[in-house]
Amino acid sequence: MEKFTVHTGRAVPLRRTNVDTDQIIPAEYLKRVSRTGFEDGLFAAWRRNEPDFVLNQPEYTGATVLVAGHDFGTGSSREHAVWALQDYGFRSVIAPRFGDIFRGNSLKGGLLTVQLAEDVVESLWKAIEADPRTGVTIDLEQRVVSAPGINAPFELDDYTRWRLLEGLDDIGLTLRHEAEISEFEKTRPRWLPTTA
Amino acid sequence: MGKTLAEKVWDSHVVHRAAGEPDLLYIDLHLVHEVTSPQAFEGLRLSGRPVRRPDLTIATEDHNIPTTGVNEPITDLVSRTQIETVRRNCEEFGVTLYPMGNAEQGIVHVIGPQLGLTQPGMTVVCGDSHTSTHGAFGALAFGIGTSQVEHVFATQTLPMAPFKTMAVTVEGTLPDGVSAKDVILAVIAQIGTGGGQGYVIEYRGEAFEAMSMEARMTVCNMSIEAGARAGMIAPDETTFGYLKGRPHAPQGADWDVALAAWRELRTDADATFDKEVRLDASTLEPFVTWGTNPGQGAALGSRVPDPESIADPGERAAVEKSLKYMGLTGGTRLRDIAVDTVFVGSCTNGRIEDLRTAAAVLAGRKVADGVRMLVVPGSMQVKEQAELEGLDHAFTDAGAEWRSAGCSMCLAMNPDKLAPGERSASTSNRNFEGRQGPGGRTHLVSPAVAAATAVSGHLAAPADLKGV
Repeated sequence: MEKFTVHTGRAVPLRRTNVDTDQIIPAEYLKRVSRTGFEDGLFAAWRRNEPDFVLNQPEYTGATVLVAGHDFGTGSSREHAVWALQDYGFRSVIAPRFGDIFRGNSLKGGLLTVQLAEDVVESLWKAIEADPRTGVTIDLEQRVVSAPGINAPFELDDYTRWRLLEGLDDIGLTLRHEAEISEFEKTRPRWLPTTA
Repeated sequence: MGKTLAEKVWDSHVVHRAAGEPDLLYIDLHLVHEVTSPQAFEGLRLSGRPVRRPDLTIATEDHNIPTTGVNEPITDLVSRTQIETVRRNCEEFGVTLYPMGNAEQGIVHVIGPQLGLTQPGMTVVCGDSHTSTHGAFGALAFGIGTSQVEHVFATQTLPMAPFKTMAVTVEGTLPDGVSAKDVILAVIAQIGTGGGQGYVIEYRGEAFEAMSMEARMTVCNMSIEAGARAGMIAPDETTFGYLKGRPHAPQGADWDVALAAWRELRTDADATFDKEVRLDASTLEPFVTWGTNPGQGAALGSRVPDPESIADPGERAAVEKSLKYMGLTGGTRLRDIAVDTVFVGSCTNGRIEDLRTAAAVLAGRKVADGVRMLVVPGSMQVKEQAELEGLDHAFTDAGAEWRSAGCSMCLAMNPDKLAPGERSASTSNRNFEGRQGPGGRTHLVSPAVAAATAVSGHLAAPADLKGV
């Protein structure tokens, strides 16, 4: 996983709430068995059907931060939603609230999802819309999002922050506890089912 | 202080706990399907890791497969590749797989309980958000992403951030014609699609105690639509009665030991929840959605909301956007909405009781002209049972299509889709834009409302139909 420390980039104002993962990447794109190349599926229906959709606006080309309304990433557990955002070039998504599974997936994969209050998100939208060249900085070390006139601290637990800063592989971390896993397995009741 | 059911199950699975780290939880059952597993298996291969416990892992084919011609090769090459990939992966890593056409194949959340693999007090995960279904047995069951699928393959554990607890209590008796689906749609409309975020919900009260296991699965299934990580119902005699004799349920002396342990799985009297929501069963009615998220629902007897009457500008804009997509005008009576397609199936409502309910409404009646009705059993076992009972004839005689098991039109990854602009009444769980096909419009309903809607051609309850 790529380390995340401090990132500054231009941002896209996605003024929509309840953006579910079916919108982020429709099911049709989930038939692939590869791990990369999902950028064509990102918001595919909106990009195709809505000429005024924000990602169809040339001034936002090359942006790396997505600023969305509340309940971004609800619904299906598809991690392809995270991959599509990353493959398209996003490093971070800012919203007032995220779907739980999407949030977990994003933080596993190094896409930094940042929860900020509704009024801060509104300020960011206004700043970006006023000037699409506005840089937004997500500083994971300090846990602060900043843009001209905006300086907003955010919360992220120490453990997740450390893992992202170091770019650590979760499985590798867990396997340090291999002996404990084996010990636990000896205590499991014998009547628990097996699939064999 | 006492513990909630969820806390008891969680605490009994902690492998490693340290300050400043998420708890590492042991996973008792890992369910796998073709769509969210290929990249996880590939990850194992790249790192040279095996599946630690193939004997706690089971796979099925459900999401992308066709529901006709199940013994023939899949014509969609991309889907076929994905199916061939899951077969190759399961063979390489020693995971039991129920492939398309197999007598045990079905939707992952239908076959787990059916086989008796889902039991009280277990931790269950799957790369699918509707894993919450298994909470109906008093299991702690949650949907995970593909990275976590790989993590469970490699370690049989997951590091999990702490959760909050919510009690959803429904006391009283449900009126006739009001089902588990109506209850959960009403709950979601009340707490909203994000209201459960970070919570494990425990459903409590007489309404849930009176439900069958299949109805409880319908309720827990849609916990995710309220944003919750999981939903649970404490196991009781109904649960034990369902499990006894199932292929993977404890046998002989083990049954008695298991039963004693399961009886302890109740929230303590002095435990507290972080949040409580209450509904009165007697006030509930058949419930349907009108918008593009599962929280946008209302009683069937009411009307599509009028955006003009919504004060909050953000909320008003969201409703306007939903209504535009749905092709609806505020103030329209829900019963006046005509549909093109009716879908009965999915992990929410594709079990035998759901099919019995729909078949009973259709008996002696016909699907309305111009309406297509698709009935897709949740598993091949459900299909077999339905055919034993003659339900397939009730459907086909009425003019509905009778299919083989799979997720089908719930998410339209296979050929079962809505055409752009088409409108459905669907017993599935999501009414998102394009969920049932690009441009398709979905109204979420119960099996009884689905069948009555098929007959009348517009949203209806069985009580609205003329007698036969």
